[in-house]
This record gives sequence, C-alpha cells and structure tokens, in this order.
Amino acid sequence: NNKLQNSELFTLTYGALVAQLLKDYENVEDVNKQLERMGYNMGIRLIEDFLARTGSGRCYDFRDTAEKIQTGFKIFLGITPTITNWSAAGDEFSLCFETNPLTEFVELPDHCLNLKYCNILIGVLRGACEMVQMEIACWFVQDQLKNDNVTELRVKFIKRLEDAIPAGED
Amino acid sequence: MRQQLIDTKVSSHTSGEADECLFEYLHAEIVNYALSKSCKNKEGEEELSGLEWMGFSVGYRIIERLTREWNRFKDELDMIKFICTDFWSSLYHKQIDNLRTNHHGVYVLQDNSFRLLNKVGTNSNKQYLQESPRLLAFTCGLLRGSLANLGIISTVNAEISTLPSCKFHVQVQRI
Repeated sequence: NNKLQNSELFTLTYGALVAQLLKDYENVEDVNKQLERMGYNMGIRLIEDFLARTGSGRCYDFRDTAEKIQTGFKIFLGITPTITNWSAAGDEFSLCFETNPLTEFVELPDHCLNLKYCNILIGVLRGACEMVQMEIACWFVQDQLKNDNVTELRVKFIKRLEDAIPAGED
Repeated sequence: MRQQLIDTKVSSHTSGEADECLFEYLHAEIVNYALSKSCKNKEGEEELSGLEWMGFSVGYRIIERLTREWNRFKDELDMIKFICTDFWSSLYHKQIDNLRTNHHGVYVLQDNSFRLLNKVGTNSNKQYLQESPRLLAFTCGLLRGSLANLGIISTVNAEISTLPSCKFHVQVQRI
C-alpha cells in the first residue's frame, strides 16, 4: 500500500516537472533534452544504489547487462520489462513495458506529439551504464502514450569505456 | 555467501521502500533545475517559487489519491491531523513529530528527522544549513496544494534551526 503511494509521489512529481519544462521551453525538443540530462544525473547516482543493493559484479556480456537493467527496473520502479528483439550481433535489444508507472495518469495533448515523455529513462540508463564503463545509446521505438500497444525502449551497445588515467600519471 | 546477500537485499526491498531513492534523486534534479532558472531576489535570497509551484500541483493531485477512501473531515484541525499522520507517513515514511496551533489558523508542524534533510547533516554539522531551505520549498508547496484541495487557503513557510529537523508554519487565510 505504502509502495503504491510512493510511486504515485514519484509519478506526479515527474508530471509536474514535465509540465514546468513545457512551460519554460518553447521547443519540445529542448524539453526532451532537458529530461534526458536530468535522467543522466540521476543514473550516475542510481547505479551506486543498484550495486550496493544487488551486490552484483561486472557484466559478462551484453545479455548479462540486459538482465541487470531488467532487475534495476524491478528494484526501482517495481516493474519487469520483457527483453526481446535481440539483434543478430547481440549488441542491441529491446525492453518492452506493458505498464509504466511514469505514465500512469498521463495523456498527451495534441501539441505534444513530439514530446518523449519518458525520456528521463534514457538518461538514467545512459548515466548508469557510463558509470560501469559502458557507452550505450537508447531510444523509444514504440510508446503507449502515442497509441502503441506497448512501450518499447531500444538499447544499443556502443563501446567499452577505458579507465581514464588521472592527469599527470601517464 | 554472496548469493545469500543478494537474496536478502532484494527481498527486503519489495516491501515498499524500493523506489524511495528515486523520488529523492528526482527531487534533487528538480531543485537543481529550479535554481538554474532562478535569480536572487532583493534580499539576496534564492527565488524558490518555481519549486513551490511544482510542489503545489503535486500536492493538489496527491491529496485526492490519499483521501479517496477516507471519511469526510470534521473540521480544519481534523484535516491538519490527517496531514500530520497518514499523509506524512505515506510520503515521507514517518509522522510529524509535533503539532502546535494557536487555534486561530496558525499551525506549526515539526519533523525532527525530515526525509529530504536527514542525509544532509546532523545538528553538530552546520555546513549545509544555508542551502537547506531549497530542499523544503517543494514540500511547502505540497502542503499548500493539499490543503487547497481540501478547501483551506493558506501560506506555508519552512524553518530550519538544526539539521535534520525542520518546522513548517501553516497560516490559514480566513475570508
């Protein structure tokens, strides 16, 4: 019961933020960018919670990463997206959401068709993966707010990031 | 050994505190954003009305969800009591520690360990005392918005003397 209200506080707060951004920026693209940037800042902090709670180590491969991202959604949002549509090379997969707490009370008005309402998730995933030396790209392929049956988030592996050598120690 | 650790950790978080940090991080981002948009006012204080406004709109909506299966409130004090107990514990995981009123529309709600402050500092540490009010503006709005939807028009201010405790002053506007 408590949990429900907890995620409602998050959902409604996120909604208020999106509304404020739409008021502050003329261009919807700028809102999308701002949401992703905030998500990125959250992701680089959330990864520490994730690692501390799950005690998980480094990912063996990208499939392992996919499962850990799925676990992350379970822990933080209480949902389990399905992992599908692997690319032949194994460097791309989709997360499909049947329900999405972020959009629980949301309907997009007509003038917001270009708004990527859940763009914060993209930032979160990017930020979190970057902290474990992995560069990824992600984007929405389908969106329930735009009358698709599911919300589909595509995740693509770009490259491993090398440990940076501190300045003056090379 | 490690496997065992994983099991206990994950299961303990199905109980409802799972997404706790999510709200806290989002709140932190909202504060950052609001500060980046604001400038200081004449008294040199930070302009936090954007934060307050977002809190208001969240409070206005959330109170409807929380009172859905609740009996009609007797009077103003009854509503404030609801805010101090059920409302506060479902949003901030604890009840208000102390409620004072002059019975003329002024209420002081004191939280001795406010959720958004309790990782910022302890009473022996004044390092972030000056920045702390920005962590309360959203909640002031949340209170004002919730009360507004219950039919109480008010102004809400917050006061911090020692971290992580704080007081919310609710002044009801009589017409």
